[in-house]
Amino acid sequence: MNQLIEFKIDGKECMGQKGQSIVDAAKDNHIYIPTLCNIPGIKPRGACRICSVRVNGRLMTACTSPIAEGMDIESKTPDIENLRKAIIELLFTEGNHFCPSCERSGNCELQALGYRYQMLVPRFKFQFTQRTVEASHPKLIKDHNRCILCKRCIRAIKDEKGRSLFAFGKRGHHVQINIDTKLSKNMTDNEAKEATEICPVGAILLKKGDGFCDPIGKRKYDHYAIGSEIETLEK
Amino acid sequence: MGQKLTIEPVTRVEGHGKVTIHLDDDNNVIQSRLHIVEFRGFERFVQGRPYWEAPVLVQRLCGICPVSHHLAAAKALDVIVGVGPERLTETGEKMRRLMHYGQIFQSHALHFFHLVSPDLLFGIDANPGKRNVIEVANEFQELAVQGVMMRKFGQEIIRATAGKKIHGTGAIPGGINKNLSIEERDFFVKGSDLQNIDKMIEWSKDALKLFKGYHQENRKLVDTFAAFPSNHLSLVRKDGALDFYHGVLRAIDEKGNKILHDIDYQNYLDYIGEEVKSWSYMKFPFLKSIGKKEGWYRVGPLARLNTCDFIPSPLAQKEFEEFKAYTQGKPNNMSMHMHWARLIETLHAAEVMRDLLNDSDLQGKDLVAKGTKCSEGVGVIEAPRGTLFHHYKIDKNNLITMCNLIVSTTNNNEPMNRAVRHVADEMISGQRSIKEGMLNAVEVAIRAYDPCLSCATHAIGKMPLEISLLDKNGVILDKLHN
Repeated sequence: MNQLIEFKIDGKECMGQKGQSIVDAAKDNHIYIPTLCNIPGIKPRGACRICSVRVNGRLMTACTSPIAEGMDIESKTPDIENLRKAIIELLFTEGNHFCPSCERSGNCELQALGYRYQMLVPRFKFQFTQRTVEASHPKLIKDHNRCILCKRCIRAIKDEKGRSLFAFGKRGHHVQINIDTKLSKNMTDNEAKEATEICPVGAILLKKGDGFCDPIGKRKYDHYAIGSEIETLEK
Repeated sequence: MGQKLTIEPVTRVEGHGKVTIHLDDDNNVIQSRLHIVEFRGFERFVQGRPYWEAPVLVQRLCGICPVSHHLAAAKALDVIVGVGPERLTETGEKMRRLMHYGQIFQSHALHFFHLVSPDLLFGIDANPGKRNVIEVANEFQELAVQGVMMRKFGQEIIRATAGKKIHGTGAIPGGINKNLSIEERDFFVKGSDLQNIDKMIEWSKDALKLFKGYHQENRKLVDTFAAFPSNHLSLVRKDGALDFYHGVLRAIDEKGNKILHDIDYQNYLDYIGEEVKSWSYMKFPFLKSIGKKEGWYRVGPLARLNTCDFIPSPLAQKEFEEFKAYTQGKPNNMSMHMHWARLIETLHAAEVMRDLLNDSDLQGKDLVAKGTKCSEGVGVIEAPRGTLFHHYKIDKNNLITMCNLIVSTTNNNEPMNRAVRHVADEMISGQRSIKEGMLNAVEVAIRAYDPCLSCATHAIGKMPLEISLLDKNGVILDKLHN
């Protein structure tokens, strides 16, 4: 039987199951902690750091840290919210994100976070990094301009033997996502679609070209801010 | 001592340009030029992108008629995905048509009411502080409201079909991504007194009346101001009807002889060339069969009414007959009649929108047609300002390798330069001092073409318009500001 424990987020009394991550436990208590690299059901990696919270004076990633009895978590403080906003701004300035012509616009988690955190002018310089669009794979296009290196595709898209179809290639600031052409040779249309959907941005696209099929008004974040579905029942 | 007059920026047009007029020692005009001083580069930076991004990316050229670029690109991609503009589903084509006619309606209303009406209501040489839409709103409130509401109606049509009023995503290769719901339709058909299609038709007729009244009182000005013979080019429907969305390319000369015989625009490069001149970022298109010197042509409302045989909507057809009768059926070469033609088109667009809104095909579910892909496609559409060409090539990986755009205003480059020269000869040549009215007269000639000089920016009210008189050494002799 699951053991219930008590903890606090920003002073609010919460209940969660022992072993739950702070992100998941917060969600069960209708508190939204933003994430980008986290995927429900897949082992978290704490790669993007956007879920950073403060516990006992220390910043830690809420997706990789389990709750503990009596834990006092700070999440929505001005300095932590500013830190999260800075991470969003870094991602926007480090890549080449042109939302107006991106088919994921309206369904993009990074864009949605940009709106939620009211990113108007980033405090960092745009890097205008030279990136490529790779389209040699039979089913997928990789637009490295938009990739935020969250590893969601590496961790979630696997073959029947559990081998990842995606992997990091190159090193340092040249690192980029590669597709294993041999393993992905027999990728079905559904698997390809799953790969595009697991990507939080528009870095993995279907090559057959059905972009912009979702009309404006029917896209995921057209009417509600990201996280609002969690917060709806908060009060 | 020779002199050079500079008008920079040209006001109440879309985008930025400047005019230079060179005078000889006796103040006679020896050269005039409309310079387009902005550089865009969309043809280059769409390269390497997946082809389906083009309709959404390239429309960012313009904030006034992005729908034209959106649809011209989509039409080119229809060819690439093996559907072609004539094999779309009924819902797909009619939704696109509604989007486009909504755009023609709003853009023409913007031009007539916001940009041109100050010249007609207050006079070309009125105090520049008065010649703007704010003063129109102060003195002719009802007219200003009509202008605003007509534009709003067109913009709402675009929102309902493309998802957003500016830079929507409705057209996708092979079709459209939404239909028109009953609620959306009823908003336009049964909307409030100020926002329904019947009111739009009524107001379009009123605007025509206003222009015709002005014409009657200022016949000499309207008929002779910047009037000069030219060739005319536009799309026409295969049966010769006026059609803004699709058709074949037709061109006529100043006497009405066909010089481009209803050709398939996929082969436009066989017929149209573009010349580069060192003093402008805008190219000079011409008909290859006639050559660079004489092959230039007008596009836009005047050209469309000159090339088409009839207008397929009753009220606009009646106006068209009156328009044609004025020149005894011959091509109309009077630049100021562009306003007349534009308002007839506005009425036609309203009639077409009414018919489409009452067509149940718009509630259809079959939105996208499929075909066999190829690597190249051309899309041509009649934008508010004239014929617009989009041409794309893609590689085997679906990435764009080539893009060529001939934008409507580009087609009117030489005619606008001619219009400037005409006005300069008539109103500035031989004059000893510059008057503000002369300066505006040059702009009035350009404004008749409703140019979109950058396809991106526009201004309201007072912009820093300046005309300078310089000697051969560049020393300023005289300056005038508005």
